[in-house]
Amino acid sequence: MKTRQLSINRGPCVILNDLNLTIPQNQWTSIIGPNGAGKSSLLQAMAGLLKYTGSLELNGVELCTLTGKSLSKKLAWLDQGASQSEEFGAALSVYDTVMLGRLPHQGWLHLPSEADHITVEKVLQQTDAWHLRHRPLQQLSGGELQRVLLARLLAVDSDILLLDEPLANLDPPHQADFLKWQDNLLAEGKTLVTVLHEIHFALRADYLVMLNKGKVHFQGSSQDPKTHQALIALFDGRIRLEKLGNDWVALPN
Amino acid sequence: MQKNYFLAKLSGLLILSAMLLLLGTLLGSTGASWNEMGLDQTILFDIRLPRSLGAYFAGALLGLAGGIAQSLFRNPLADPYLLGSASGALLGVGSILCFAYLGDSWIELIGLNGGAFIGALIGVLASLLLAGGYRSSLRLLLSGVVISVILGAANSLFTFIRPDLFQSIQSFMLGNTTLLNWLGVEIMAMALAFCLLVALVISPTLDALSLGENTARSLGLPLDQLRLVLVGILALATGCAVAQTGLVAFVGLAAPHLVRKISGGRQRVQLLFSCLGGGILLLSSDLIARTLFAPLEIPVGIVTAVLGGLYLLILLRRAPFGGRS
Repeated sequence: MKTRQLSINRGPCVILNDLNLTIPQNQWTSIIGPNGAGKSSLLQAMAGLLKYTGSLELNGVELCTLTGKSLSKKLAWLDQGASQSEEFGAALSVYDTVMLGRLPHQGWLHLPSEADHITVEKVLQQTDAWHLRHRPLQQLSGGELQRVLLARLLAVDSDILLLDEPLANLDPPHQADFLKWQDNLLAEGKTLVTVLHEIHFALRADYLVMLNKGKVHFQGSSQDPKTHQALIALFDGRIRLEKLGNDWVALPN
Repeated sequence: MQKNYFLAKLSGLLILSAMLLLLGTLLGSTGASWNEMGLDQTILFDIRLPRSLGAYFAGALLGLAGGIAQSLFRNPLADPYLLGSASGALLGVGSILCFAYLGDSWIELIGLNGGAFIGALIGVLASLLLAGGYRSSLRLLLSGVVISVILGAANSLFTFIRPDLFQSIQSFMLGNTTLLNWLGVEIMAMALAFCLLVALVISPTLDALSLGENTARSLGLPLDQLRLVLVGILALATGCAVAQTGLVAFVGLAAPHLVRKISGGRQRVQLLFSCLGGGILLLSSDLIARTLFAPLEIPVGIVTAVLGGLYLLILLRRAPFGGRS
């Protein structure tokens, strides 16, 4: 995925301005930045949900020329906070919610196929939510709901997964599980793009894109010392990075 | 797979519907009339049966429209009259009554039913125009409220100019099943079959919409076109029902809630059951309306308002809407 001079405006406000980015294939890219930097907007543009100017290419094809199901089979997107709405999911059960992820693969007059049911069971097992399958969404805790929504995302079975704050509401054991799922997905050849506020998790990604005030602050490998310096500068020196075992962690300065 | 006993629940609702239809055909405003069967079949087949079937179909159309409105606007208090269809239909009836004395042939041709239907569609179209389209549910909802107020004011002007029309207009406002005939039944049956079929086919859109508009779009659904189809179905179903039975209160609002517990959550089942629940609610209300103070009949809208309102009150006390543990 590549962007050239990508800009997004909302009315008179410039949300993103002249972004030139390359999202590496079959790797995990994490987008980080302070609040209001334009991270979620970038992810929405990548999912084909926001109008943009400039260029945004997916495997050499301009994204805005792809529409409907052809796009949704290639890209799956996880929303940031829709679940906070009271009417979210209405009375849908966990199973039916995850089955919605199969919509791009189904025709209007077709009921879910055996393959759809197998996929739904697989992703519910993968996210440790199979035992919740009969429960209505409104009876789930925040963490359980997040796992179900991740399962819905995985059920799309697309090559590129766009996740906006996927760790929100997850408890530490399930955050650790999330990292295992990431590894499995990468092993399956998927490309992952996440927006994360948890810097220590973002540093586990292969590639970091830092945004600030709608512009690219820096992009590079997460292990590169230059990336670390840029990250500290992004947060005005208010954090420091330290190595803990094989991983980098961010601590307040 | 999830076991939800769909067929058992569907059969239960269908059996209840059939029993009410039978009761509606046999029961007159002077009590049960088993002995009349051999004497006057005209009363049974030309008056009571079309009335019962008509009341059932009108309730089913309103139940379906209510289910669509609540899902489309993601608001459990949305009802089919929200988009200006009720006030439009009322204005249509008011206009026909007001100008009927002119004796114009086109007014005679359209009739009260046609006037109500055209008025309902004009009300919805005006809401769409004011909202600048159908893309924003909130704008559409607010526009519907504004149009309802404006058209309601216009209708008040008619009754101000022609106070003699007040009783006729009030009768329409309270709902009326006494004038239902076979033509009305046929029109509503066709409208119901069409609206239900289309709604069931595109119902996964409503499921996806409950996860948020962007999530639905990201699943490849042509949301704008589907929303227009749903608004069209909502207007057609409401217009057809209102044109035949007047503004029956609460059925569209209460029917989806009546069946919510047994329908499980998927919109395909929810809409089908809302349809059947609406039919059952209106037909049973009609039975009460014609027998409670027999031989005097009370307007069916009063009974639906009392029954539906009481049920919603019980529901509100028992289970809070929304919220997550």
